Amino acid sequence: MIDGELVQLLSPEGERVSHPEYQSSLSGDEILGLYRDMAIVRRLCNESTSLQRQGQLALWAPVQGQEAAQIGAGRALAPMDFTFPSYREHGIAWCRGVPPEDMLRVFRAVSNGGWDPQRYRHALPVIVLGNQALHAVGYAMGVQRDGAEEAVMTFFGDGASSQGDVLESFVWAASFNAPVVFFCQNNQWGISTPSTLQSRVPLYRRARGFGFPGVRVDGNDVLAVHEVARRALENARVGGGPTLIEAYTYRMGAHTTSDDPTRYRVDAEVEVWKHRDPLERVKALLVREYRLKSAAFDEIVAEADAMALKLRDDVLAMGKPEPISMFDNAYSARHPLIEEGRREMVELGISGGAN
Amino acid sequence: MTTQTMNMAKALNEGLRRAMERDKKVLLMGEDIGKLGGVFRITDGLQKDFGEDRVIDSPLAESAIVGTAVGLAIRGYRTVCEIQFDGFVYPAFDQIVSQVAKMHKRSEGVYIMGLVIRLPFQGGIGAIEHHSESPEAYFAHTAGLRVVSCSTPNDAYWMIQQAIEHDDPIIFCEPKSRYWEKGEVDLDNPPGGLFETAVRREGSDVTVIGYGSSVKTILRAADTAASEGTSIEVIDARSIAPLDLGPMVKSLEKTGRLVVVQEAPHTASIGSELVAELTERCFYSLRAPGIRVSGYHVPYPPSRIEDEYRPSVDRILDAVDRVMGFEG
Repeated sequence: MIDGELVQLLSPEGERVSHPEYQSSLSGDEILGLYRDMAIVRRLCNESTSLQRQGQLALWAPVQGQEAAQIGAGRALAPMDFTFPSYREHGIAWCRGVPPEDMLRVFRAVSNGGWDPQRYRHALPVIVLGNQALHAVGYAMGVQRDGAEEAVMTFFGDGASSQGDVLESFVWAASFNAPVVFFCQNNQWGISTPSTLQSRVPLYRRARGFGFPGVRVDGNDVLAVHEVARRALENARVGGGPTLIEAYTYRMGAHTTSDDPTRYRVDAEVEVWKHRDPLERVKALLVREYRLKSAAFDEIVAEADAMALKLRDDVLAMGKPEPISMFDNAYSARHPLIEEGRREMVELGISGGAN
Repeated sequence: MTTQTMNMAKALNEGLRRAMERDKKVLLMGEDIGKLGGVFRITDGLQKDFGEDRVIDSPLAESAIVGTAVGLAIRGYRTVCEIQFDGFVYPAFDQIVSQVAKMHKRSEGVYIMGLVIRLPFQGGIGAIEHHSESPEAYFAHTAGLRVVSCSTPNDAYWMIQQAIEHDDPIIFCEPKSRYWEKGEVDLDNPPGGLFETAVRREGSDVTVIGYGSSVKTILRAADTAASEGTSIEVIDARSIAPLDLGPMVKSLEKTGRLVVVQEAPHTASIGSELVAELTERCFYSLRAPGIRVSGYHVPYPPSRIEDEYRPSVDRILDAVDRVMGFEG
């Protein structure tokens, strides 16, 4: 499984690991910041799972176990970079500044988007597997034409790596040397499909065949992910072209709240990954190397709890949208069928008032 | 008024050129569109004049042509995608219906999907399989898209520019069998809006509606019918989705008889939609049921027998006789 090709800077026990090529230069405060982000995202995820179990969300896609992969990548981004997520990138959305309640609009089934993608420079979730990888490459081609020093990062999983769109995006990125970083979270499972069925070679090695570098990083090691992502983004910004990062991680929970992983994977596997928890190793490092006291962690727990409480209130306050709003923005300009539908809805009293 | 005689291929080329001159954000992307000028030479000379960054020769993957155009649109570019032939659009179908059509709504109006997907469509050029199809109904059925088709060089010149300027994504269907037919192009004044129906010939007995390659076939049928004493009003739908029904309703209120012509098979087609919409709106004016003259419900045949598949003057005249046979 985890082999010598894996970039790791922090062991599961929280010991620093030296690597010939990658070294983390993050300060203690910065590492604490990453820990805080991961703790908040985990709390956000747990609260959302509870909200779904209580019937307040239609669905939730848990991110537990992948916090280091997402926070490491998310905090490596520069403000002007642009990100194209799939539907499980809550940690990336958090780093981009998307308010937690906005992340939940899709799952509350009150919106198909949820936030202003331009404001946060974080595109809306794409649910059809792999579609967003092409959007990222196209956006990156636009960055090139603008002569801007910006990078684009797109996110997908081991499952989506089999999609034609992802592979076509590799071709395009290579042919045009697009400033894009492909961030693949190999969480080992595509619902019940093991990653071994998606690829008989480690996923990161695919990049070489397309003509650009691929790196496999310990996706549960936030320091390693941050450094690998930072370098790839910087390389893209200065014209170095695309990189594929495979963050080797594990989906601790279900695919979504509709899934039952006990039907297709064994407890022993989950137990192994529990010992590789992305938060625990950072906590161990902070305690040992930076002498952090429990008060610092208590503060983060309190902050996460407050976030969760507000999130719950915000979600419960999200009512059913006005039915007539379905006609808004279906097109950018006047369209007779939109007018016809809107008129019928008003006439039948299904939704109040013209819009 | 400055007019120039040119064929549809040249008119499209000139229209693209004018759009690119007007707006630096307009890009062209597709297979073989640069040095070669596209397999139909629609983009001939444009890469030489606008550079490789604006006229992009792409790798051969249709989903990527459209998918990257989505990303370019998010970045503020307007990409005109060339799909080489109708039958090769299906690899891009997912991006078109799942992303292109839905992005504006999903973002509550933030993303402007101002992209045009050019689709040489319909048959009549003696091609091999997958080069003669009429897939317009697939796209017309998808909310968020608009679908238009030109039938003359003048429309081609203006409609491609109007499509590029429009903020909604547009499937631009070009009747490839008419690419080399010449006509007058008015370089100063557009013939009308992009989504407006045009009456091509006035008549009083039967309204015959078509689009793309069918319009000229209908005009020929109208000539023959006139010599036999039947007056046909010929309507070019131009906009396939949404349909501009107003002028069609007005025509039917006069003639009371409807024939719709298309190369696509008629099940769940634009023709079906036209007959349903116009029956609903003109029920009391109709003196006969609306009839569709279409391709048959078979895979597009080997092109040696495509003339027996595509609506011909004879088949249109037969339908005209049938609607004239009803006494209402």
